[in-house]
Amino acid sequence: MTRFAEIRPTPKKRKIQDPAGDRLLYAFIHVVMILLLIVTTYPLIYVLSASFSSPRAVGNGQVVLWPVEFSLRGYQEVFEYQVVWLGYKNTIFYTLVGTVINVVMTMMAAFALSKKTLPGRGMFTFLFTFTMLFSGGLVPTYLQLRSLGIVNTRWSLLLPGAISVYNMVVTRTFIQNIPGELSEAAEIDGCSHFKYFFLILLPLSKAILAVISLYYAVGHWNSYFNALIYISDRNLYPLQIFLRDVLVLNSVDPSSILDPEEAQALEGMRDLLKFSMIVVSTVPILCIYPAIQKYFAKGVMVGSLKG
Amino acid sequence: MNKKLLRRIGNHWQVYCFLILPLIYLILFCYVPMTGVQIAFRKFTIRDGIWGSKWVGLTNLFKFFDTYNSLTIIKNTLTISLYNIIAGFPIPILFALLLNCVRNERYKKTIQTITYMPHFISTVVIVGMILQIANPRVGLYGTLTHALTGSYPNDPLGNPTVFVHLYVWSGIWQQFGWGSIVYLAALSSVDPQLHEAAIIDGASRWQRILHVDFPCILPTATIMLIMRAGNVMSVGYEKIYLMQNNLNLATSEVISTYVYKIGLGAGSSVPNYSLSTAIGLFNSIINLILICTVNAITRKLSETSLW
Repeated sequence: MTRFAEIRPTPKKRKIQDPAGDRLLYAFIHVVMILLLIVTTYPLIYVLSASFSSPRAVGNGQVVLWPVEFSLRGYQEVFEYQVVWLGYKNTIFYTLVGTVINVVMTMMAAFALSKKTLPGRGMFTFLFTFTMLFSGGLVPTYLQLRSLGIVNTRWSLLLPGAISVYNMVVTRTFIQNIPGELSEAAEIDGCSHFKYFFLILLPLSKAILAVISLYYAVGHWNSYFNALIYISDRNLYPLQIFLRDVLVLNSVDPSSILDPEEAQALEGMRDLLKFSMIVVSTVPILCIYPAIQKYFAKGVMVGSLKG
Repeated sequence: MNKKLLRRIGNHWQVYCFLILPLIYLILFCYVPMTGVQIAFRKFTIRDGIWGSKWVGLTNLFKFFDTYNSLTIIKNTLTISLYNIIAGFPIPILFALLLNCVRNERYKKTIQTITYMPHFISTVVIVGMILQIANPRVGLYGTLTHALTGSYPNDPLGNPTVFVHLYVWSGIWQQFGWGSIVYLAALSSVDPQLHEAAIIDGASRWQRILHVDFPCILPTATIMLIMRAGNVMSVGYEKIYLMQNNLNLATSEVISTYVYKIGLGAGSSVPNYSLSTAIGLFNSIINLILICTVNAITRKLSETSLW
C-alpha cells in the first residue's frame, strides 16, 4: 500500500521534448513570424489610427501608432464627399455584374475543356492558353473596343477580360479531379451534358466557384487602369478612379471640404480625408476573404497547365 | 472512321454549346486585337483603318530606338524587373518553409490570414499609403526622421534611386504572404512518410527542411520562376504609373508606361498608335522568347517545365 502511494501518476499528456537544435529552430521561426506580423500590420494600423485622429494631429504628423486626439471628422468628411458614393455605387455594379459574367464564362469554358473525349479539345485549349503568352497589346485592344462601340460605356469594364485563362485552367483542373466514374454513371443513366453540368457538376464545384468568384470580384473592385483608358464619362467612374484623384493626384475639391473658419486646418483635413477614404474603400474587401481562405490552395495553378 | 468522328462530335453538341460564348469572347477581345498588331508595321491613320493604312516596315521600331531615352527606358524596365525577381522570388519560398514548421494550427492560420491581407488592397490605395507614409512632413517617415535628427528629410518619391527600392519592397510587402500559398499547397502534399523516415534516421527539423521539404517544392518553384521569366519585360505598370512623378522619371519610366503615354496620349503628347503598338510588340516578343528559352533550359536541367 505505502509503496504504491509513492508512485506518481503519469501526466495525461506527456510530451516528448524536442531536441535542443529543433527547439532553437522553433524559437527562431517564432521570432521571424512575430517580426513579419509586425511588418505586415504596422502600416495598416498606422493608416487606421490616422483615420481616427483629429485633422490637427494628422497635419502635424503626430500619429505614430495609436489615434491622437480621437475624432471621427475624417469619416464625416468622407460621408459628405459626394463622388465617393457615386464611385461606390458604380464599383458595386461593376463588381457584381462583372463577377457573374466572369464566373459563368469561366465555368462554361472549363467544363467544355475538361471533357477529355471532346473532339478538338487540344486545339481549343491551345486557343485559350496562347492568349497568356501573347496579346494584341494596349492600342489594338483599344481600337477593337472602339470599333465595337463600347468605349466609354459600362461594357468596356465588363467584357474585356471576361475570362482569365489562369482561372479557367485552375477550374478545369478542379473539374478534371472529380472522379470520372461520376460522369460515366450519369451518362449510362441517360443524363445529358447539360443536366450533368447543372445537377452534378455545379453542386460539386462550390469550393472552386467561391475562390474564382473572390479573385474576379477583388479584381473588379481594385482595378483602375481599364477605367482610365476606356471611360471618360465621370458618372461611370469606379471608386478607384476617384480614389486616385484624391490619394495620388492630390486633388480634393475644396468646396466640399472647406469650412471658412477652418482654412488653416485644410492641409491636415486633406490628409485625414485620405486616410479615411483608404479605410472606407478597403474594409469591405478585407472582410470577405477570410471566409473562404481555406479554399485558397484550390486556386493554385501549378502543374495544371499541361494535360 | 470519319463517320465515327462525326458521331463523336454529334454526341458532344451540348458541350460545344458551352464553348460558343467563350470562343466569341476569345475572338472579339483577344484574337481580333492580335490582328491589329500589324499597325506596328504601318503608318496608322484613323481614316484608312487597320487594314488600309500604308505599310512602312520597321520604321516605327527604329523610331523608338532613335528617341533619346529609349535605352534608359529598356534599362529601367530590366532593372526594376530583375531586382523584383531577385529580391521578391525567394522570400515567399522561405516564408512558406518556415511557416510550414509552425505546429499550432490556429497560430498558423492567423499568420496566414494576416499576411494575405495586403494582397487584397488595391494598387491605388497601396500607392496612396506609400505617399502618405513616405511624406516628408506629415507622414510617418517625416515624423520619425524629424524626431531622430531634428530636421525634415527630402521627399523619397522625388529621388530616382529611392524610387526603385520603394517600388520593389512595397511590392514584396504586399505579395509575400499571398505568394507563399502555392508553396504551402505543395508542402501540404509532401508524403508524411518521408518525414517519418527522416525522423527515424535522426534528422533534425532543420535537416528535414533542407532534405525533405525543399526538394519537394523545387518543381513548384521552377514553374513559378519560368512564369516570372516570361514577364521580365512587363513590370507592374499600374503601380509604376501611379508612383511616377517628374522628379523620379529617370528611373521610373518603363516600357509599358511609355507605351500607354505614347499610344493613348496621356499627358500632353499626341497619340501615336503605330509607334506605341510597335514598342508593345517588341516587348511581348522578347517576353515570348524569354519564357520559351527558360522553359527549354529548365526542361533540360530538371524535367520540370511549363509545357
